[in-house]
Amino acid sequence: MKGVRHYPGFLGIAVACLVVLYAPLVVVTIYSFNDSPSITTWGGFSWRWYADVFTGPEAERFGAAAWNSVTIAVLAATASTAIAVAAALAMIRGGRFRGKSATYALINLPLLVPEIVTAVATLIFFSAIGLTTGYLTILIAHITFCIPFAYLPIAARLSGIEEVYEQAARDLYATRAQAFRLVLLPLLMPGVISGYLLAFIISLDDFIITNFVKGAGMETLPTAIFGSVKQGIKPNIMAISTLMLAVSVLFVSLSYLVNRIGQKTRA
Amino acid sequence: MAGAPLPPPAGGTGWKGLTIPLLIPAWAVVGIFMLLPVLLMVVYSFLTKEFRGGVVWDFTLAAYDQFFLNRGLFGDEPPVIEWTYISIFWRSIWQAALATLACLLVGFPTAWFIATRPAAQRTVWLFLITIPYWVNLLIRTVSLKFLIRENGPLNDSLMSLGLITDPLPLVNTNLAVQLGLFYSYLPFMVLPVYAAVERYNFALSEAAADLYAGRWTILREIVLPVVRPGIVAGCILVFVPSLGAFLAPDLLGGAKTYMIGSLIDEQFRGSQGNWPFGAAVSVVLMTMVLLVLLWQARAAARGARG
Amino acid sequence: MSTAIDISSVVKRYGTATALHGVSMEIRDNEFFTLLGPSGCGKTTLLRCIAGFEDVTGGEIRLFGRNIAALEPNQRPVNTVFQQYALFPHMSVIDNVAFGLKMKGVALAERRAVAGRMLEMVHLSDFADRMPAQLSGGQQQRVALARALAPAPKVLLLDEPLSALDLKLRQAMRVELKTLQEQTGITFVFVTHDQEEALTMSDRIAVMSQGRVQQIGTARDIYESPHNRFVADFIGETNLIEVDVTAVSGGMADVVLPGGHRLRCPAETTATGRHHLSIRPERLSLTGTGELTGTVERVVYLGTDLQLLARLADGTPFTVRLQNSARTQVPEAGATVGLHLEEGAARLLAD
Repeated sequence: MKGVRHYPGFLGIAVACLVVLYAPLVVVTIYSFNDSPSITTWGGFSWRWYADVFTGPEAERFGAAAWNSVTIAVLAATASTAIAVAAALAMIRGGRFRGKSATYALINLPLLVPEIVTAVATLIFFSAIGLTTGYLTILIAHITFCIPFAYLPIAARLSGIEEVYEQAARDLYATRAQAFRLVLLPLLMPGVISGYLLAFIISLDDFIITNFVKGAGMETLPTAIFGSVKQGIKPNIMAISTLMLAVSVLFVSLSYLVNRIGQKTRA
Repeated sequence: MAGAPLPPPAGGTGWKGLTIPLLIPAWAVVGIFMLLPVLLMVVYSFLTKEFRGGVVWDFTLAAYDQFFLNRGLFGDEPPVIEWTYISIFWRSIWQAALATLACLLVGFPTAWFIATRPAAQRTVWLFLITIPYWVNLLIRTVSLKFLIRENGPLNDSLMSLGLITDPLPLVNTNLAVQLGLFYSYLPFMVLPVYAAVERYNFALSEAAADLYAGRWTILREIVLPVVRPGIVAGCILVFVPSLGAFLAPDLLGGAKTYMIGSLIDEQFRGSQGNWPFGAAVSVVLMTMVLLVLLWQARAAARGARG
Repeated sequence: MSTAIDISSVVKRYGTATALHGVSMEIRDNEFFTLLGPSGCGKTTLLRCIAGFEDVTGGEIRLFGRNIAALEPNQRPVNTVFQQYALFPHMSVIDNVAFGLKMKGVALAERRAVAGRMLEMVHLSDFADRMPAQLSGGQQQRVALARALAPAPKVLLLDEPLSALDLKLRQAMRVELKTLQEQTGITFVFVTHDQEEALTMSDRIAVMSQGRVQQIGTARDIYESPHNRFVADFIGETNLIEVDVTAVSGGMADVVLPGGHRLRCPAETTATGRHHLSIRPERLSLTGTGELTGTVERVVYLGTDLQLLARLADGTPFTVRLQNSARTQVPEAGATVGLHLEEGAARLLAD
């Protein structure tokens, strides 16, 4: 008997949970270093598929797709974070106003509607207004569905910052703009960075909506990978996957660090 | 200027006057590029399809008729219920429900285990659970397919261990799709349940134990009812995206495991497509999801009051 | 003596709720002025109206003769010490203290020098480069003080600044605050719900309740000559006894005590009839036969004092404080005792 917190077998399940989550990723990472062009047999350790990613026959296609993915993610994350900061200030600091809960629902709408439905609706909309699908339509769609992801950490952080800090700044002769820039914004920063990183990753991650609104000839990394995988999983895909995996891990670590630092300045 | 009416200074921190201007960007972007498209989609579901893909602006119930009713090959027989699409929905619900159940059975003990660790270990566990959530879903699904395919590493190791003699035909089965959904959304179950268990007051369990309740009775009678909101939130976070999932059924399943996501996707691919029908299927899916969310919101509001 | 803050008929409403019902007071220059009252009495609201965080619904506030209604918080020459200090968590101690000077456009070298002097004044020179989270509660409190004093405001507003500290520290800070006020000559407006804090530090106190001023006066005025039941009861401990007033003239009243004894005492009212008499427990002594007679119910030992809980014949509860000295004769529970009222012990209250 170890007290009421202990349940036999829960440790085993927790470990199994981690194994399930990581086994596929670990296996793909290992096989991305497989020298053999066959994906079934192990032919020794090699970097050749990584070289293939950057110089092989598909390098140009994946390079262009990666460029699209990254630039769209940067732009979408920047725009959605800016919109989310403004919205959070209004929602958290703006007091009560008519239509507040409707606004809250609207901001979170992209989270409530299934992705495939958003994809269909967005495609129909762009087709109805006659906007040719391509880079711009992907970007607009990404900005839109990234807003709630950026909003959540920013709003959470902001509601933890008491108004008294801004009041103290105002009391000490700061103008409204100075109080925002010198006191509120630095305190809000961990939330802004978390929101930005989350929006960035969500944009980079998106397949379904992008696939609907990308138009012919336009590819992002996920749609390019999907196209290749349809023909079977090849070793170079595993190398790309491992690289993207590394980027993701880097981002989580960053966001984790930002939160740690943020907790220290929490008053 | 004594006695003259003065403009009131902004009270508090002065954000109140800026509420509307600050919200305009969010209203505009989400309103125009999300809300408006969804409404337009509902309109499209009542339009007539054009053969090359696209629509003709003639209002009709044809899409819904096609979804729910069968009027025979030439459309002249008395209508009977059309089971094709309803059964695809039914299969999707069933698949999503099984995946949710699996996530709960694994996710709850995991969340409980993490929440009962010392603080430092807890952070590490949470970190490990969060990482896969940040990894591209397509890549995770492809990785899973690589692992479980007929001559993949899983079958290889099971055969070399002598546990099986022939490779398990996992890919293209319902089980593979469920596994894919389970794998895709497991972190969505662990995190909210963890948040609920972390707030759980363990003195309640001790009080129950003091009053002669056994471990599993405590779990059933005390813990589960108290952390229920977290469990409900986790279930919805798994169930809703599973229902409209596209990648897992498309990559891991086959013709027999066809789900809503693929059905919708197909309506917008090339000249075979039927936009009004695809819109109608989307409307049905969205309605189901919104009903589930509404039910949860009401349950949560009741819980908050009780 | 000139007036620092002139508050006249200030009304503050939040929707249908009224926080201040026409509050008026004059706070003098160089004064340690305290707003005292239970939570929700409007004292913090009034302070926030002076600071500019709330706009007044009616009436006006003049700062050294100037109506400040149209001024933003950053345009008012007053600084605030906040209840939970509100030190900027992302700035070092010295940057916190220098913040106001920086906003006023003071050059770096000078604001560093002033901030340094301020830290010296609150004995925190060694902590200049620490972050607020690395300081104890008492130290944070002193940084908040230094920060608010650094821009040399004309008035310093203090919103329950000692409430987050433990008892020992609170007592030490009282002395320190009073000394600082005398040293700097700045008008302090201090908000508290702790009457002991108010009595020990203030030049004058405004007792507030339910959005109204109940009494303004020195600590002695308020304790010895409470105007009404609220003030008498809120400040210190008192016995409130219902009496018949037979005549009032020249600020003195003739009253009939329960038990029939007649007494002449100072009065806050001019009306006859049923009124309350306030008698401080320490202004009573035990005698064989006194103005009042009661039955002892319980004797509570308090260290320096003994507290006698008794009841008059008509059931009114009654408390007497006796000094714990060797000479004190302590009656048993159940004993009947006579109570003698010292000269000027009783005061007839307004309501």
